[in-house]
Amino acid sequence: MKSPLAMIVAVLTGLIVLLGYFIPNPVLSRIRTPLLDWAVILSGVAGLVAIIHLIFGVHWEKVKKQGMQQWFSLVVVVVFLVTLIAGLFLEPTNPGYQKVVTYIQTPIESSLLAILAITLSFSSLKLLQRQRNWMGIVFFVTVIIFLILNSGLLSFTDQIPILRDVLSGLQMIPTAGARGILLGVALGSLATGIRILIGSDRPYNN
Amino acid sequence: MSSIEQVIGFSVVVFFTILVIVFSTKSIRNRFPASFRKIEAINRLKRAIGMAVEDGSCLHISLGSAQLTDPSNASALVGLSTLHRVGQLTSTSDLPPICTSGSGSLLILSQDALKRISVDTNTQAFYDPNHTSMAGATPFSYAVGTMESIVDRGVNGNVLIGNFGTEAGLLCETLDKARVSITGSDSITAQSIFYAATQDTLIGEELYALPAYLAANPTHQASLRVEDVFRVAIGSALIAGSVLKVLGIL
Repeated sequence: MKSPLAMIVAVLTGLIVLLGYFIPNPVLSRIRTPLLDWAVILSGVAGLVAIIHLIFGVHWEKVKKQGMQQWFSLVVVVVFLVTLIAGLFLEPTNPGYQKVVTYIQTPIESSLLAILAITLSFSSLKLLQRQRNWMGIVFFVTVIIFLILNSGLLSFTDQIPILRDVLSGLQMIPTAGARGILLGVALGSLATGIRILIGSDRPYNN
Repeated sequence: MSSIEQVIGFSVVVFFTILVIVFSTKSIRNRFPASFRKIEAINRLKRAIGMAVEDGSCLHISLGSAQLTDPSNASALVGLSTLHRVGQLTSTSDLPPICTSGSGSLLILSQDALKRISVDTNTQAFYDPNHTSMAGATPFSYAVGTMESIVDRGVNGNVLIGNFGTEAGLLCETLDKARVSITGSDSITAQSIFYAATQDTLIGEELYALPAYLAANPTHQASLRVEDVFRVAIGSALIAGSVLKVLGIL
């Protein structure tokens, strides 16, 4: 079942896009630009396929089953169809249509954000219960220190030369730590890309 | 990007590729066998995979909401490699893993991965395209849809690998119910949320090492070694640069 043609197309496409990024050549650029445009179009089509699967593959199946979930899924399917039909007739740029969608979606997402704030506060309280090791303690103490530093409580230290420099130096530590983590992430991303380019990882090949 | 940066970038990619190919060869692997440092989260995942096979429970893998056209897709691709390997390891179980994602392209790739495993392991009877789904199109709807999938299917182990944002906090609420939950992301925000809210978090490059630890293929182990070589080189360059700057030479 594994198709060598799919691998050849994927590797060649990847190489052309990569070379076009590093080598400023008009011929490469002329090939690279449409390839990237196709990728964006395919990604959009994949999004459409996924939404159809979510509505008619997942939620429609739940509608057919008994139980409370049935009604939630029915609401999802009906609201999706209403939004789709309204969007097709009024067009997505219609101000009235945009207003209705935004005024429903924004409050729902805002309330989820509020729940998230409570969830995270509660998780922070339980942090030392979960991470009973020195890293957990360091994380907890660091959170407390930087909450105080960034709260503005110590703004009076701007007038004290040595303390001001010490606190300014402390503020650099999170940036240094984040850079260290991002360095590892960048190397990992590079390794993942190269494995796909040499055809070792084939997430596309059925 | 200046021409010098382009040359340096291109050289790094070429050198990295050559080293990965060299370290993947059988002679190098036999001469220098891989030794892995202990990552407790991955050990727990291996145990969860074993338990899933024994008691027929379900494992769930979530790939985040990165688009394949985004630079942040590498972590989701690692998630796909993990899905493939977990699927292979649990192919003797009654329940194949389920997978959720927040983008259409990841849905198609995850369906493809599960189908490929069913063909490779001759378990087509267990393959169901509905075992994978795009839980939602926006980050929060994805989080809510994933939470629903975890609860509905009675998941016993979760692997959250991919690009997440603040919605990771909502997901963590449901993870406590499972026997084991491994989390990892390329985003600093999600990493800190995962660290505060879950027990087993992969930090930084640990996320990219997951397929190698699950013994996916020799190239995974080789790329891990090359990452180590580059990390030492970059670290040394940074320290040397700092020293030269302090001495006033740079």
